[in-house]
Amino acid sequence: MKPAAFDYFRPASLSDALALLAKYKDDCKILAGGQSLVPAMNFRLARPAILIDINDIAELDYVHADDRGLHIGALTRHAAFHRRVVDGPLGALFSAVARHIAHYPIRQRGTFAGSLAHADPASEWCLLATTLDATVVAKSARGERAIAIGDFFNGTFSTDLEPDELLAEVHLPPMGQGWRTGFYEFSRRAGDFALGMALAALRIEAGVVREARLGVGGVSDRAIRLRKLEERLVGGAASQEMIDTIAREAWASVSPIGDIHATPEYRRDLVATAVKRALTEAAA
Amino acid sequence: MASKFNIDLTVNGKSHAVSIEPRRTLADVLRDDCGLTGTHIGCEHGVCGACTVLVDDKPVRSCLMFGVQAERKAVRTVEGLADGDTLHPLQQAFWENHGLQCGFCTPGFLMLAAGALEENPDMSDDEIRDVLSSNLCRCTGYQNIVKAVRIAARALRAGPRA
Repeated sequence: MKPAAFDYFRPASLSDALALLAKYKDDCKILAGGQSLVPAMNFRLARPAILIDINDIAELDYVHADDRGLHIGALTRHAAFHRRVVDGPLGALFSAVARHIAHYPIRQRGTFAGSLAHADPASEWCLLATTLDATVVAKSARGERAIAIGDFFNGTFSTDLEPDELLAEVHLPPMGQGWRTGFYEFSRRAGDFALGMALAALRIEAGVVREARLGVGGVSDRAIRLRKLEERLVGGAASQEMIDTIAREAWASVSPIGDIHATPEYRRDLVATAVKRALTEAAA
Repeated sequence: MASKFNIDLTVNGKSHAVSIEPRRTLADVLRDDCGLTGTHIGCEHGVCGACTVLVDDKPVRSCLMFGVQAERKAVRTVEGLADGDTLHPLQQAFWENHGLQCGFCTPGFLMLAAGALEENPDMSDDEIRDVLSSNLCRCTGYQNIVKAVRIAARALRAGPRA
């Protein structure tokens, strides 16, 4: 239960970190919050030769909102979202979701961007980013590129990031006052990984759904956006009947994985109920 | 073997010069290099919370941080809670309310509660339970830990220690 030996760098600037990444590529891992990486290292499931600790890079620790939306730097901790980081439904949703992420001390260290880079299928932030059309900004010594969230996750613990790239920022589009959101998660105990979860956002005008976002997580190798069901929601009322229909179709449209925690059948039932509860909260 | 780092760690306001490999966790460095064995090591993967300490006033799992990362940070451990022979209100409340039996998890619970109460001295019962769900205790059944933290919170709000 002790990590294997590694070399350690703690650069003070982003450019220094990118130079180290360019030099060591696959031999190194970025250490941000370390709340997933360090346990894996303690178990020696991960044995990086080199760690590049970005915790001293103050320029990566920010959340700011502008008319383009919310910008979250690589060092922003989960706990930063306990308080609303932006007015309106988006800040409230972040705050509600953050409380489902592990426990209070883990949230003091773990980072939003680190969760995305780690790409755990049971990650709440991965579900939120997938459902709400996030864009990931990857930086390297070669330059920077924006990756749409739909192209970012390759599967469990696997992303589109190149070995010399750092996930520097995550961007979320703005969410106006007309939006309402809902989130529901099933886990065995408070703070445990999700067995099934759903996130919904609806823009309702005079009782009619004008825009909808719906995603589920914990059931596959990555979070899933249910676009067909979003289309079904738009143009009608978010009635109990409609919500029940969408939940049934969500049940039919997912093919959950089975593991020691839950059978595929059980997970599918959980997801349908999570969808129903998330939509009910959003429609309330 | 990776080279050692010679750093000064500030623990409970006191500087400790240590020479450590980067792979050593903060929990191990506190215990083995600083001689502060009040911080207990349980699971070593962030689940049990026995090793919880405060780093720059925030409760963190010291098994999920490397010792080198605590350079230029203020670390607080259970050894720094009491004021001489006067127990911290949390320690007093744990003692008086049977908030511990075997005591293995206690340093972690104390530091967790100390950090959480510093951030929010007015935690509701639900908030106290949510924070305390971070750590594991196999003796008490948690009820008396919740009670002790509630009583300590009241004592802390009432004013500074005499």
